[in-house]
Amino acid sequence: MSAVEKMNVRIRVNGEPREALVEPRTLLVDFLRENLNLTGTHIGCDTTYCGACTVLLNGRTVKSCTLFAPMADGGEITTVEGLSTDGALHPVQNAFAECHGLQCGFCTPGLLLSTIHLLKKNAKPSEKQIRKAIAGNTCRCTGYQNILKAIRMAAGEMEKR
Amino acid sequence: MIAGGQSLIPLMKMRLARPTALIDINFIPRLSEIKNHNGEIRFGALARHSDIEASEHIGAIPILHDCAAGIADVQVRNQGTIGGSLAEADPSGDWAATLLTLESSVLCSGAEGERSVRLEEFFTDAYTTVLGREELLREIVVKKPPKNSGGAYVAFKRSAPVYATASAAVQIMLDAKDACKDARIVLGCVGLTAIRAKEAESELHGKKIDERTIARAAEAAREAAEPQSDMRGSAEYKRALVAALVKRAIGIAVRRARGEHVEAGHEYVGR
Repeated sequence: MSAVEKMNVRIRVNGEPREALVEPRTLLVDFLRENLNLTGTHIGCDTTYCGACTVLLNGRTVKSCTLFAPMADGGEITTVEGLSTDGALHPVQNAFAECHGLQCGFCTPGLLLSTIHLLKKNAKPSEKQIRKAIAGNTCRCTGYQNILKAIRMAAGEMEKR
Repeated sequence: MIAGGQSLIPLMKMRLARPTALIDINFIPRLSEIKNHNGEIRFGALARHSDIEASEHIGAIPILHDCAAGIADVQVRNQGTIGGSLAEADPSGDWAATLLTLESSVLCSGAEGERSVRLEEFFTDAYTTVLGREELLREIVVKKPPKNSGGAYVAFKRSAPVYATASAAVQIMLDAKDACKDARIVLGCVGLTAIRAKEAESELHGKKIDERTIARAAEAAREAAEPQSDMRGSAEYKRALVAALVKRAIGIAVRRARGEHVEAGHEYVGR
């Protein structure tokens, strides 16, 4: 098999310009985890189902296991590592902690980003809208009730700000 | 050619697609525009499902919102494209059934120039279209339906991120006496391509749409379906499901044709 020519991928990740030379088939999630050492973004199912790998690409949630890194070239990405400011948790992170919206925590980074995406588009989501917004994030521990509570609390907290 | 990649990348991971090279068309400017002009809505191939869901231009055609707002989940809708969905021609895709109830065509561009293909003539088999090897589906053109029309797309899926088990797309036009002037009924996921259920349509043509005519149309749709048993359900189950979805979609389409605001779309557990 002939050697694959590598591509230089430049992405702003959590506000910092980052770049790496990778094979074109490199998945965005592997680029983040392996090349940039940002292991907060998780690989759950690797089949576009579970949403553990959810990140923001140019302000919109995407499943980073279902995007080649070169497709995000020139873009801006936010991962869970980019949510806190000066050591202070993001209100959505706080709400998940307060409401115990997690158990093992594997799905949490993805759920945080899906929640942030939802509240940016819709500051006062209804119960139905919240459920629809997180339908692409699977949690196998909590039964979702505390996650729903956390999202309602986060919406309230972010409204106050 | 790769657009949103929401089907192609999973297919590549399973080694069901093994392209030696890919051309990423995501960087082509203006290919994601949605335009509303001269009674037509034009979708650039790269219009994402979530762009369509949020577009002010589709207000007059609620069936387009039903479809766009329920495909997979938020993340997939943010990335997946209408052009990619049609060009892939997955028998379980949502857009084919939806758009086949409307006057729709696609513009295909290639080295030899550009041609317009009516959507009825675009799909030839499962995962197969008339697109040439060096052609790109560039734009989707949808004619706005006439007044007193209403449509609905109803799909049933086991959970948000998966393909539907079965779906029904219905577009109905009423006359001044509230009888059915025109009807289109298309079934998704229950054949190698989306299936136009013409016998079901004839059960409505020229008639007052009531419980009896709807039941007859649903029965005809059950007959028209060609489902296969798989992990989503047995063929028998899918026929029963199609009949129920067609019944529901006709009811919603008629209410919308009368000017009512009704919600419709994908149904799944936990919704």
